Amino acid sequence: MLATYSSFSTGASAALNVWTNTRVLINYMIMAHDQEHNEHPYNDLPSEPALRVKALETILTRKGLIDPSALDKIIDTYQNKIGPRNGAHVVAKAWSDSNFRAALLDDANPLLAKLGYYGRQGEHIVAVENTDEIHNMVVCTLCSCYPWPLLGIPPSWYKSDAYRSRTVREPRKVLSEFGVRLPEYTTVRVWDSTAEIRYLVIPKCPTGIDGMAEEALIKLITRDSMIGCGLVKSL
Amino acid sequence: MTRAHDMGGRFGDGPVRPELENVVFDSYWHARALAITLACGSLGLWNIDASRHARECLPPKDYFRFSYYERWLAGLTTMLVENGALTAEELMMGEAIGPSDLTNRKLVANSVNDFLTKGSPTDRLVSKKSIYKYGDLVKTRAFPENMDVTGGHTRLPSYAAGATGYVLLRHGAHVLPDSNAHGLGEAAEPLYAVAFKASDLWAQPNNSDDEVILDLWQSYLVLA
Repeated sequence: MLATYSSFSTGASAALNVWTNTRVLINYMIMAHDQEHNEHPYNDLPSEPALRVKALETILTRKGLIDPSALDKIIDTYQNKIGPRNGAHVVAKAWSDSNFRAALLDDANPLLAKLGYYGRQGEHIVAVENTDEIHNMVVCTLCSCYPWPLLGIPPSWYKSDAYRSRTVREPRKVLSEFGVRLPEYTTVRVWDSTAEIRYLVIPKCPTGIDGMAEEALIKLITRDSMIGCGLVKSL
Repeated sequence: MTRAHDMGGRFGDGPVRPELENVVFDSYWHARALAITLACGSLGLWNIDASRHARECLPPKDYFRFSYYERWLAGLTTMLVENGALTAEELMMGEAIGPSDLTNRKLVANSVNDFLTKGSPTDRLVSKKSIYKYGDLVKTRAFPENMDVTGGHTRLPSYAAGATGYVLLRHGAHVLPDSNAHGLGEAAEPLYAVAFKASDLWAQPNNSDDEVILDLWQSYLVLA
């Protein structure tokens, strides 16, 4: 079914439209397929980029330059091991321990290394805190820089041309598309990741968390809130 | 002046479409494309600045018709051919012509964890002093271009060229992409987070007190 993601040819925003529509369509197709076992309402021809990737992997493997099992391991790492739960763990600690919070805002790197959250695309982390006065959000207008060891692989919208082009110019409008509306007195700070510094947003702590266990706090912290595009879940 | 990737501030892109939080890869080939790119990076034939530049050098026509991971693949194949790891003929034929002499550098499954957790820090101890301090008003250079290589790599986006802001953070010295992308050495120099008022960047900002903050190298800046 993944092979039906084939329409990426009409510009990025249109592609995202097609994408969303394609997803809906795929769900419909799966349902239809389940109902009519003998009929195939979609075709099995793989998409062009899927075939290109396959071809490149085959050539590189035969050249002895890559090992497909290493690729499996990379995918498994980012699919199952490194993701926003790491960042949420850090945020939960900052919410519940004021010394940790102060040290994190001062220099996050030694603390993160101690927690084991270090590595590719997270060598230099700066934590910034959202308050009533300042709302931080992160973008990379030139490519897609993102704190991988803390948040995993960036979501598609973060890598989209729409997010990259608009966030620096109209952050409040972009936030509204995530359902976030900020009061006028809150200053929005957009961090454009133009170097190897990666920014982690510490979202505003909800009231009434006193005495809550770290695990329960982690469940409140969304990925988007640590990019500064969403809010945490309410208690 | 600039290339297709330098899109900050551009009009016309339409709404951002948030998606479910648990989606990591929208399709399997995206995951495969990412993994192939990382595995090839581990061969040590290029650095991250060169790989960004390879994607940026795609013709604008291709850059805009490609999806995100197609841009990655196109940049990757350019680098594989330019560095002699593959030939254009092999890519066209879809067949390997003889083994590579780089097979001893191949990333094996057992080394993946080390490779991903080791990272590649870019901070350096250098003698070049940081000349700006917190709060200094600084102005970015007028040209969002590489000053030494025509059409070369730079990390000064065009929307912030020639703008005045203030130093918010000092990050120490970091490898300079403008040099490193072109094999001209790391040329590390002080890096700063510089804050710009929205009203100094845009004709119609959402709110004039909002700020945009960029990480900028010392050679991109002069005292305002």
